Amino acid sequence: MEALSNKRRVLEAKPMTFAERIYLPAILKGLSITLKHFFRKSVTVRYPEQKREFSENFRGMHSLKRDEEGRERCTACGLCALSCPAEAITMISAERKPGEEHLYREEKYAAVYEINMLRCIFCGLCEEACPKEAIYLDGDIVKPDYFRKELIYGKDKLVEAPLNQ
Amino acid sequence: MKVTIDGISIDVEPGTTILNAARKIGGDIVPPAMCYYSKLEGSGGKCRTCLVKVSKGSEKDPRPMPKLVASCRTTVMDGMEVQNITSPEVLEARRGVVEMLLINHPLDCPICDQAGECDLQNLSFDHGVAKTRYEFDRRTFHKIDIGDKIQLHMTRCILCYRCVFTADQITDHRIHGILNRGDHSEISTYIQAAVDNDFSGNVIDVCPVGALTDKTFRFKNRVWFTKPVEAHRDCDHEKCSGKVTLWYKGEDVLRVTARKDQFGEVESFICNTCRFDKKKTSDWVIEGPRKVANWSVQTANHYEMLHPLPVVKPNPVLQEANKNQFERETRL
Repeated sequence: MEALSNKRRVLEAKPMTFAERIYLPAILKGLSITLKHFFRKSVTVRYPEQKREFSENFRGMHSLKRDEEGRERCTACGLCALSCPAEAITMISAERKPGEEHLYREEKYAAVYEINMLRCIFCGLCEEACPKEAIYLDGDIVKPDYFRKELIYGKDKLVEAPLNQ
Repeated sequence: MKVTIDGISIDVEPGTTILNAARKIGGDIVPPAMCYYSKLEGSGGKCRTCLVKVSKGSEKDPRPMPKLVASCRTTVMDGMEVQNITSPEVLEARRGVVEMLLINHPLDCPICDQAGECDLQNLSFDHGVAKTRYEFDRRTFHKIDIGDKIQLHMTRCILCYRCVFTADQITDHRIHGILNRGDHSEISTYIQAAVDNDFSGNVIDVCPVGALTDKTFRFKNRVWFTKPVEAHRDCDHEKCSGKVTLWYKGEDVLRVTARKDQFGEVESFICNTCRFDKKKTSDWVIEGPRKVANWSVQTANHYEMLHPLPVVKPNPVLQEANKNQFERETRL
């Protein structure tokens, strides 16, 4: 048959020497390499118990911040959703009722705030767009899940824990 | 009469104001106006954003006018030469006016429902400086409830008087107006009477800022997430044209407003029934999507793809798989 390219190489099977035929030297050589690695520093870490250090500008899971009095900063202005290139953010706003001043900082607040972590590309544009310094991508790596619906994070997962707890 | 604005000449009727002459030419040279409203008699002369420089008074008296003049109140003379954007003096003055208007404006755009279609927002974006030099507390007011249809935020008001003129000229009798004087002036109603008659909703449309907003739309959604659609209906009211813009979010009509032209003025006033009570698609005859200027934030994330991609079109398997999405996209 005509060769397709001139890269064809003819393999020759030479008869093995005696040392090669008894296999032992080759096995010992291989085992010594394996043994050497036992005493070397391991290159992997035991995630998730152990984590590598993140770089300073690492962008992980979003968190919705509270102000110094523990009130939610987000006013549902929609600029994060507008700036989001992946269109991962949706929200429904509501009006603050009298008596809820200790919960929400402004007259309007986000009753529902959802980020689809499957869509999110962690670009940080929401962080930049936020006029109220309410959203930061300062969290951990987003954990995988078995169901898509579990990866649409609502306010229960995003909002920071209250101050007194 | 011949008038030249920024080097562009136009013939206009005697008695036309400089602003209207500029609007006839159109384009960038139109001075912005926050208080002047062509449909309202006597409006204008209050906000000073339309200041222009008259570099030649007229053919007979070619001396320039000593100060910048408000173009909405100054009528043209034959042979007049006006400078608007070509004069650095005018731009500097306008920047000062914007700063002045923003002194007491709370800048709560993240909360305000007008954000995204606000004249003051656009004006300060175009002309203003990003920082304020004002160090004192801004004006505050006691909140006044003026009914269940219209929301009044007095802190955002720039006292353009448009709503007062609207109530005077469009509705039968007005029960709101300006109380107090000078820095203390505020839009209010007499002993908190509800503003409620057939055409009172138009004060929402004429308000250049978010001082008067639609209470039925309050905090429902942001302007740029809604889809504006032109529609009309046969309105029983003899003064109402029934031509409106519907603001959709998905299937729901969130808000009904009058149609606005390129200068932000309504084309025709609509009655309260059309505005507040007809919020179903079945009430309206849809004409088509509203054309939104490219610079507006309202165009963000709106894709003009009402048809399936050509690849998907001839393939029945793909069509079946994307059926839901097609229905969603082709509905409007």
